Amino acid sequence: MRHGSWWAFLLHRLSGVALAVFLPFHFFVLGLAVERAALNDVLDWADNLWVKLAEAGLVVLLALHLTGGVRVLLLEFGRWSDRQQSRIALAGGLALLAGFGFLAAAFA
Amino acid sequence: MTARATKSRSRAGRIGGVSGSIVKCICPRGVKTGYDWSVMAALEVEIWRGEGNDGSWRCYAVPHQANQTVLDVVTHVQRHIDPSLAYRFACRVGMCGSCAMTVNGRPRWTCRTHVSRVSRKGRLRISPLRNLPVIRDLAVDMAPFFEKWRDAEARFVPSPVPVEEPVRPGEPARKAADAGIECINCAICYAACDSVAWNPDYPGPAALNRLWTLVNDRRDGDQDGHLEAAGTGCHLCRSHQECAEVCPTNLNPTTAIAGLKREVFRRTLARPPWEGRQ
Repeated sequence: MRHGSWWAFLLHRLSGVALAVFLPFHFFVLGLAVERAALNDVLDWADNLWVKLAEAGLVVLLALHLTGGVRVLLLEFGRWSDRQQSRIALAGGLALLAGFGFLAAAFA
Repeated sequence: MTARATKSRSRAGRIGGVSGSIVKCICPRGVKTGYDWSVMAALEVEIWRGEGNDGSWRCYAVPHQANQTVLDVVTHVQRHIDPSLAYRFACRVGMCGSCAMTVNGRPRWTCRTHVSRVSRKGRLRISPLRNLPVIRDLAVDMAPFFEKWRDAEARFVPSPVPVEEPVRPGEPARKAADAGIECINCAICYAACDSVAWNPDYPGPAALNRLWTLVNDRRDGDQDGHLEAAGTGCHLCRSHQECAEVCPTNLNPTTAIAGLKREVFRRTLARPPWEGRQ
Protein backbone atom coordinates (compact mmCIF):
# COMPACT_ATOMS: atom_id res chain seq x y z
CA MET A 1 0.00 0.00 0.00
CA ARG A 2 1.59 3.21 -1.15
CA HIS A 3 0.30 6.74 -0.73
CA GLY A 4 1.56 10.33 -0.80
CA SER A 5 3.27 10.36 2.59
CA TRP A 6 5.09 7.12 1.83
CA TRP A 7 6.41 8.44 -1.48
CA ALA A 8 7.43 11.68 0.27
CA PHE A 9 9.38 9.61 2.79
CA LEU A 10 11.05 7.60 0.02
CA LEU A 11 12.06 10.69 -1.99
CA HIS A 12 13.41 12.36 1.15
CA ARG A 13 15.47 9.28 1.98
CA LEU A 14 16.75 8.72 -1.56
CA SER A 15 17.65 12.38 -2.05
CA GLY A 16 19.65 12.22 1.17
CA VAL A 17 21.54 9.13 -0.01
CA ALA A 18 22.17 10.68 -3.44
CA LEU A 19 23.54 13.85 -1.83
CA ALA A 20 25.78 11.82 0.45
CA VAL A 21 27.21 10.12 -2.63
CA PHE A 22 27.65 13.43 -4.44
CA LEU A 23 29.20 15.49 -1.64
CA PRO A 24 32.67 13.81 -1.64
CA PHE A 25 32.97 14.57 -5.36
CA HIS A 26 31.84 18.14 -4.72
CA PHE A 27 34.45 18.65 -2.02
CA PHE A 28 37.10 17.10 -4.23
CA VAL A 29 36.38 19.68 -6.94
CA LEU A 30 36.44 22.47 -4.37
CA GLY A 31 39.80 21.15 -3.21
CA LEU A 32 41.11 21.71 -6.71
CA ALA A 33 40.73 25.45 -6.10
CA VAL A 34 44.10 25.25 -4.37
CA GLU A 35 45.53 24.65 -7.80
CA ARG A 36 43.79 27.31 -9.87
CA ALA A 37 44.55 25.77 -13.26
CA ALA A 38 43.01 22.44 -12.29
CA LEU A 39 39.84 24.15 -11.08
CA ASN A 40 39.57 26.05 -14.36
CA ASP A 41 39.85 22.76 -16.24
CA VAL A 42 36.91 21.36 -14.25
CA LEU A 43 34.87 24.52 -14.77
CA ASP A 44 35.55 24.40 -18.52
CA TRP A 45 34.52 20.74 -18.63
CA ALA A 46 31.33 21.55 -16.73
CA ASP A 47 30.32 24.30 -19.13
CA ASN A 48 28.02 22.26 -21.37
CA LEU A 49 24.33 21.37 -21.56
CA TRP A 50 24.50 17.89 -20.05
CA VAL A 51 26.48 18.89 -17.00
CA LYS A 52 24.13 21.85 -16.45
CA LEU A 53 21.17 19.48 -16.58
CA ALA A 54 22.89 17.16 -14.12
CA GLU A 55 23.59 20.11 -11.84
CA ALA A 56 19.94 21.12 -12.04
CA GLY A 57 19.10 17.58 -10.91
CA LEU A 58 21.42 18.00 -7.94
CA VAL A 59 19.76 21.30 -7.09
CA VAL A 60 16.37 19.56 -7.16
CA LEU A 61 17.71 16.80 -4.89
CA LEU A 62 19.13 19.33 -2.47
CA ALA A 63 15.92 21.38 -2.45
CA LEU A 64 13.85 18.21 -2.12
CA HIS A 65 15.84 17.12 0.89
CA LEU A 66 15.53 20.57 2.43
CA THR A 67 11.79 20.99 1.90
CA GLY A 68 11.16 17.34 2.79
CA GLY A 69 13.09 17.83 6.02
CA VAL A 70 11.10 20.93 6.90
CA ARG A 71 7.92 18.97 6.21
CA VAL A 72 8.98 16.23 8.63
CA LEU A 73 9.94 18.78 11.28
CA LEU A 74 6.57 20.49 10.92
CA LEU A 75 4.82 17.13 11.08
CA GLU A 76 6.60 16.01 14.23
CA PHE A 77 7.17 19.27 16.08
CA GLY A 78 4.48 21.57 14.76
CA ARG A 79 0.74 21.66 15.31
CA TRP A 80 -0.91 18.78 13.46
CA SER A 81 -2.49 19.67 10.15
CA ASP A 82 -4.79 17.49 8.07
CA ARG A 83 -3.33 19.12 4.97
CA GLN A 84 -0.43 16.69 4.72
CA GLN A 85 -0.93 16.08 1.00
CA SER A 86 -0.83 19.83 0.34
CA ARG A 87 2.43 20.08 2.26
CA ILE A 88 3.91 17.24 0.23
CA ALA A 89 2.85 18.93 -2.99
CA LEU A 90 4.32 22.22 -1.77
CA ALA A 91 7.63 20.59 -0.83
CA GLY A 92 7.90 18.88 -4.22
CA GLY A 93 6.81 22.01 -6.08
CA LEU A 94 9.39 24.21 -4.36
CA ALA A 95 12.12 21.70 -5.18
CA LEU A 96 11.18 21.64 -8.86
CA LEU A 97 10.97 25.42 -8.87
CA ALA A 98 14.51 25.61 -7.52
CA GLY A 99 15.70 23.31 -10.31
CA PHE A 100 14.01 25.36 -13.02
CA GLY A 101 15.36 28.55 -11.43
CA PHE A 102 18.86 27.12 -11.60
CA LEU A 103 18.45 26.21 -15.27
CA ALA A 104 17.04 29.65 -16.07
CA ALA A 105 20.05 31.29 -14.39
CA ALA A 106 22.51 28.90 -16.05
CA PHE A 107 21.30 29.65 -19.56
CA ALA A 108 20.42 33.30 -19.05
CA MET B 1 -21.05 -26.29 -15.96
CA THR B 2 -22.35 -22.89 -16.97
CA ALA B 3 -20.36 -20.46 -19.01
CA ARG B 4 -19.84 -18.19 -16.03
CA ALA B 5 -18.38 -20.86 -13.82
CA THR B 6 -16.13 -22.04 -16.63
CA LYS B 7 -14.83 -18.51 -17.09
CA SER B 8 -14.20 -18.31 -13.37
CA ARG B 9 -12.06 -21.41 -13.38
CA SER B 10 -10.07 -20.48 -16.45
CA ARG B 11 -9.20 -17.09 -14.96
CA ALA B 12 -8.11 -18.81 -11.79
CA GLY B 13 -5.53 -20.71 -13.76
CA ARG B 14 -3.69 -17.49 -14.49
CA ILE B 15 -3.22 -16.92 -10.80
CA GLY B 16 -0.38 -19.42 -11.09
CA GLY B 17 1.87 -16.45 -11.79
CA VAL B 18 2.24 -15.99 -8.04
CA SER B 19 5.72 -17.12 -7.18
CA GLY B 20 5.93 -20.51 -5.57
CA SER B 21 2.20 -20.96 -5.27
CA ILE B 22 -0.01 -23.81 -6.34
CA VAL B 23 -3.42 -22.80 -7.60
CA LYS B 24 -6.38 -25.01 -7.04
CA CYS B 25 -9.81 -23.80 -8.07
CA ILE B 26 -12.83 -25.19 -6.29
CA CYS B 27 -15.80 -24.35 -8.47
CA PRO B 28 -19.34 -24.45 -7.10
CA ARG B 29 -20.36 -27.32 -9.36
CA GLY B 30 -17.91 -29.61 -7.65
CA VAL B 31 -19.48 -29.14 -4.23
CA LYS B 32 -23.11 -28.99 -5.38
CA THR B 33 -24.06 -25.65 -3.87
CA GLY B 34 -27.17 -25.54 -5.99
CA TYR B 35 -26.55 -22.04 -7.31
CA ASP B 36 -27.75 -21.18 -10.76
CA TRP B 37 -24.72 -19.36 -12.09
CA SER B 38 -26.58 -18.30 -15.19
CA VAL B 39 -28.58 -15.82 -13.11
CA MET B 40 -26.11 -15.11 -10.29
CA ALA B 41 -22.83 -13.20 -10.53
CA ALA B 42 -19.80 -15.08 -9.27
CA LEU B 43 -17.01 -13.51 -7.28
CA GLU B 44 -13.60 -14.96 -7.91
CA VAL B 45 -12.00 -15.17 -4.52
CA GLU B 46 -8.36 -16.06 -4.01
CA ILE B 47 -7.58 -17.01 -0.43
CA TRP B 48 -4.20 -17.72 1.06
CA ARG B 49 -4.15 -21.25 2.43
CA GLY B 50 -1.37 -22.77 4.46
CA GLU B 51 0.38 -23.00 7.79
CA GLY B 52 3.15 -20.69 8.92
CA ASN B 53 5.26 -19.48 6.02
CA ASP B 54 4.24 -22.34 3.73
CA GLY B 55 1.13 -21.88 1.70
CA SER B 56 -0.47 -21.11 -1.61
CA TRP B 57 -3.36 -19.21 -3.17
CA ARG B 58 -6.57 -21.07 -3.84
CA CYS B 59 -9.46 -19.79 -5.87
CA TYR B 60 -13.12 -20.10 -4.97
CA ALA B 61 -16.26 -19.00 -6.77
CA VAL B 62 -18.69 -17.32 -4.41
CA PRO B 63 -22.12 -15.90 -5.29
CA HIS B 64 -22.12 -12.12 -5.26
CA GLN B 65 -24.97 -10.65 -3.25
CA ALA B 66 -26.14 -7.16 -2.41
CA ASN B 67 -24.56 -5.58 0.68
CA GLN B 68 -22.17 -8.52 1.00
CA THR B 69 -19.14 -8.01 3.22
CA VAL B 70 -15.74 -9.61 2.79
CA LEU B 71 -16.38 -11.55 6.01
CA ASP B 72 -19.58 -12.89 4.43
CA VAL B 73 -17.49 -14.14 1.52
CA VAL B 74 -14.97 -15.89 3.76
CA THR B 75 -17.77 -17.38 5.84
CA HIS B 76 -19.47 -18.64 2.68
CA VAL B 77 -16.28 -20.38 1.60
CA GLN B 78 -15.89 -22.07 4.95
CA ARG B 79 -19.53 -23.13 5.36
CA HIS B 80 -20.37 -24.13 1.81
CA ILE B 81 -17.16 -24.94 -0.05
CA ASP B 82 -14.21 -25.78 2.20
CA PRO B 83 -14.84 -26.34 5.94
CA SER B 84 -11.11 -26.58 6.61
CA LEU B 85 -10.61 -22.82 6.08
CA ALA B 86 -9.33 -21.16 9.26
CA TYR B 87 -10.17 -17.54 10.02
CA ARG B 88 -11.15 -15.46 13.01
CA PHE B 89 -14.18 -13.31 13.76
CA ALA B 90 -16.48 -12.56 16.67
CA CYS B 91 -18.90 -9.64 16.72
CA ARG B 92 -19.43 -8.99 12.97
CA VAL B 93 -20.29 -5.35 13.69
CA GLY B 94 -16.91 -3.62 13.93
CA MET B 95 -16.53 -3.73 17.70
CA CYS B 96 -14.14 -6.56 18.52
CA GLY B 97 -11.35 -6.07 15.99
CA SER B 98 -10.80 -9.78 15.41
CA CYS B 99 -11.69 -10.19 11.73
CA ALA B 100 -8.89 -8.10 10.18
CA MET B 101 -7.36 -9.53 7.01
CA THR B 102 -5.50 -8.28 3.99
CA VAL B 103 -7.98 -7.66 1.18
CA ASN B 104 -6.60 -6.87 -2.26
CA GLY B 105 -3.30 -5.83 -0.71
CA ARG B 106 -4.67 -3.58 2.02
CA PRO B 107 -5.41 -4.55 5.63
CA ARG B 108 -9.10 -4.07 6.44
CA TRP B 109 -11.78 -5.03 8.96
CA THR B 110 -13.64 -7.54 6.87
CA CYS B 111 -16.96 -7.38 8.73
CA ARG B 112 -17.48 -3.74 7.75
CA THR B 113 -15.91 -3.86 4.30
CA HIS B 114 -18.41 -4.21 1.50
CA VAL B 115 -17.35 -6.36 -1.42
CA SER B 116 -18.76 -3.82 -3.87
CA ARG B 117 -16.30 -1.25 -2.54
CA VAL B 118 -13.10 -3.29 -2.75
CA SER B 119 -13.51 -5.95 -5.44
CA ARG B 120 -11.69 -5.40 -8.70
CA LYS B 121 -13.69 -6.68 -11.65
CA GLY B 122 -15.39 -9.19 -9.41
CA ARG B 123 -12.17 -10.46 -7.89
CA LEU B 124 -11.00 -10.52 -4.30
CA ARG B 125 -7.64 -11.59 -2.97
CA ILE B 126 -7.66 -12.30 0.75
CA SER B 127 -4.61 -13.11 2.85
CA PRO B 128 -3.63 -12.96 6.53
CA LEU B 129 -2.38 -9.74 8.15
CA ARG B 130 1.20 -8.74 7.47
CA ASN B 131 3.85 -8.41 10.23
CA LEU B 132 2.31 -11.18 12.34
CA PRO B 133 3.07 -14.92 12.28
CA VAL B 134 0.46 -16.96 10.44
CA ILE B 135 -1.11 -19.78 12.43
CA ARG B 136 -3.14 -21.20 9.56
CA ASP B 137 -4.87 -19.77 6.50
CA LEU B 138 -6.26 -16.35 7.48
CA ALA B 139 -5.68 -16.63 11.23
CA VAL B 140 -2.59 -14.89 12.58
CA ASP B 141 -0.95 -15.11 15.97
CA MET B 142 -1.76 -11.80 17.70
CA ALA B 143 0.66 -12.46 20.58
CA PRO B 144 3.53 -10.26 19.25
CA PHE B 145 1.11 -7.36 18.82
CA PHE B 146 -0.12 -7.55 22.41
CA GLU B 147 3.32 -8.35 23.81
CA LYS B 148 4.66 -5.11 22.34
CA TRP B 149 1.64 -3.32 23.78
CA ARG B 150 2.52 -4.79 27.19
CA ASP B 151 6.27 -4.08 26.85
CA ALA B 152 5.51 -0.45 25.96
CA GLU B 153 3.73 -0.25 29.33
CA ALA B 154 0.70 1.13 27.56
CA ARG B 155 -1.67 0.49 30.45
CA PHE B 156 -3.50 2.74 32.83
CA VAL B 157 -1.80 3.31 36.21
CA PRO B 158 -4.25 4.79 38.71
CA SER B 159 -3.07 7.96 40.37
CA PRO B 160 -2.17 7.30 44.03
CA VAL B 161 -4.00 10.47 45.02
CA PRO B 162 -7.52 11.30 43.86
CA VAL B 163 -7.81 13.84 41.04
CA GLU B 164 -9.55 16.72 42.80
CA GLU B 165 -10.18 18.93 39.78
CA PRO B 166 -12.87 17.26 37.63
CA VAL B 167 -11.77 16.17 34.19
CA ARG B 168 -13.69 18.30 31.69
CA PRO B 169 -14.34 17.01 28.16
CA GLY B 170 -13.30 20.30 26.61
CA GLU B 171 -9.84 20.64 28.13
CA PRO B 172 -7.04 20.21 25.56
CA ALA B 173 -5.39 17.18 27.15
CA ARG B 174 -8.70 15.35 27.46
CA LYS B 175 -9.52 16.13 23.83
CA ALA B 176 -6.13 14.74 22.78
CA ALA B 177 -6.82 11.58 24.80
CA ASP B 178 -10.36 11.24 23.46
CA ALA B 179 -9.05 11.43 19.89
CA GLY B 180 -7.28 8.10 20.36
CA ILE B 181 -9.35 6.00 22.74
CA GLU B 182 -11.62 4.27 20.24
CA CYS B 183 -8.93 1.78 19.23
CA ILE B 184 -10.40 -1.73 18.82
CA ASN B 185 -7.01 -3.54 18.83
CA CYS B 186 -7.54 -4.96 15.36
CA ALA B 187 -3.80 -4.68 14.45
CA ILE B 188 -4.64 -3.26 11.02
CA CYS B 189 -2.28 -0.32 11.63
CA TYR B 190 0.38 -2.77 12.83
CA ALA B 191 0.02 -4.80 9.64
CA ALA B 192 0.17 -1.74 7.39
CA CYS B 193 3.20 -0.17 9.08
CA ASP B 194 6.54 -0.41 7.27
CA SER B 195 8.39 0.70 10.40
CA VAL B 196 7.06 -2.44 12.12
CA ALA B 197 8.20 -4.54 9.17
CA TRP B 198 11.66 -2.97 9.14
CA ASN B 199 12.40 -2.83 12.85
CA PRO B 200 11.33 -5.57 15.27
CA ASP B 201 11.96 -3.23 18.22
CA TYR B 202 9.32 -0.75 17.08
CA PRO B 203 6.25 -1.04 19.35
CA GLY B 204 3.83 -0.19 16.56
CA PRO B 205 1.22 2.52 16.09
CA ALA B 206 -1.50 1.03 18.31
CA ALA B 207 0.65 0.71 21.45
CA LEU B 208 2.08 4.21 21.02
CA ASN B 209 -1.37 5.65 20.35
CA ARG B 210 -2.52 4.11 23.64
CA LEU B 211 0.53 5.58 25.42
CA TRP B 212 -0.39 9.04 24.14
CA THR B 213 -3.93 8.74 25.50
CA LEU B 214 -2.47 7.84 28.91
CA VAL B 215 0.03 10.72 28.83
CA ASN B 216 -2.93 13.04 28.32
CA ASP B 217 -5.06 11.43 31.02
CA ARG B 218 -4.84 13.38 34.30
CA ARG B 219 -6.20 10.40 36.21
CA ASP B 220 -3.13 8.37 35.25
CA GLY B 221 -0.41 8.44 37.90
CA ASP B 222 2.66 7.45 35.89
CA GLN B 223 3.17 10.05 33.15
CA ASP B 224 6.96 9.92 33.53
CA GLY B 225 6.93 6.14 33.26
CA HIS B 226 4.85 6.26 30.08
CA LEU B 227 7.14 8.82 28.48
CA GLU B 228 10.21 6.85 29.49
CA ALA B 229 8.67 3.75 27.92
CA ALA B 230 7.93 5.71 24.75
CA GLY B 231 11.39 7.26 24.74
CA THR B 232 13.16 5.17 22.15
CA GLY B 233 10.24 3.40 20.54
CA CYS B 234 8.37 6.48 19.35
CA HIS B 235 11.43 7.78 17.48
CA LEU B 236 11.50 4.62 15.36
CA CYS B 237 8.35 5.85 13.60
CA ARG B 238 9.15 7.17 10.12
CA SER B 239 5.88 9.13 9.83
CA HIS B 240 4.69 7.25 6.75
CA GLN B 241 1.14 7.74 8.07
CA GLU B 242 0.04 4.35 6.81
CA CYS B 243 -1.61 3.76 10.19
CA ALA B 244 -3.83 6.81 9.73
CA GLU B 245 -4.64 5.74 6.17
CA VAL B 246 -5.93 2.32 7.15
CA CYS B 247 -7.39 2.75 10.66
CA PRO B 248 -10.98 1.48 10.42
CA THR B 249 -12.16 3.74 13.24
CA ASN B 250 -10.50 6.78 11.67
CA LEU B 251 -7.95 7.30 14.42
CA ASN B 252 -4.67 8.99 13.58
CA PRO B 253 -1.83 7.23 15.43
CA THR B 254 0.70 9.37 13.57
CA THR B 255 -0.61 12.40 15.44
CA ALA B 256 -0.30 10.54 18.72
CA ILE B 257 3.25 9.40 17.94
CA ALA B 258 4.23 12.94 16.90
CA GLY B 259 2.86 14.13 20.25
CA LEU B 260 4.97 11.56 22.07
CA LYS B 261 8.07 12.61 20.13
CA ARG B 262 7.48 16.24 21.05
CA GLU B 263 6.89 15.47 24.72
CA VAL B 264 9.89 13.13 25.00
CA PHE B 265 12.07 15.75 23.28
CA ARG B 266 10.79 18.54 25.53
CA ARG B 267 11.45 16.54 28.70
CA THR B 268 14.91 15.54 27.48
CA LEU B 269 15.81 19.20 26.94
CA ALA B 270 14.35 20.20 30.30
CA ARG B 271 16.41 17.63 32.16
CA PRO B 272 19.81 18.87 33.36
CA PRO B 273 22.65 17.07 31.48
CA TRP B 274 24.29 15.91 34.69
CA GLU B 275 21.23 13.79 35.48
CA GLY B 276 21.97 11.68 32.42
CA ARG B 277 19.53 9.59 30.51
CA GLN B 278 16.81 7.80 32.35
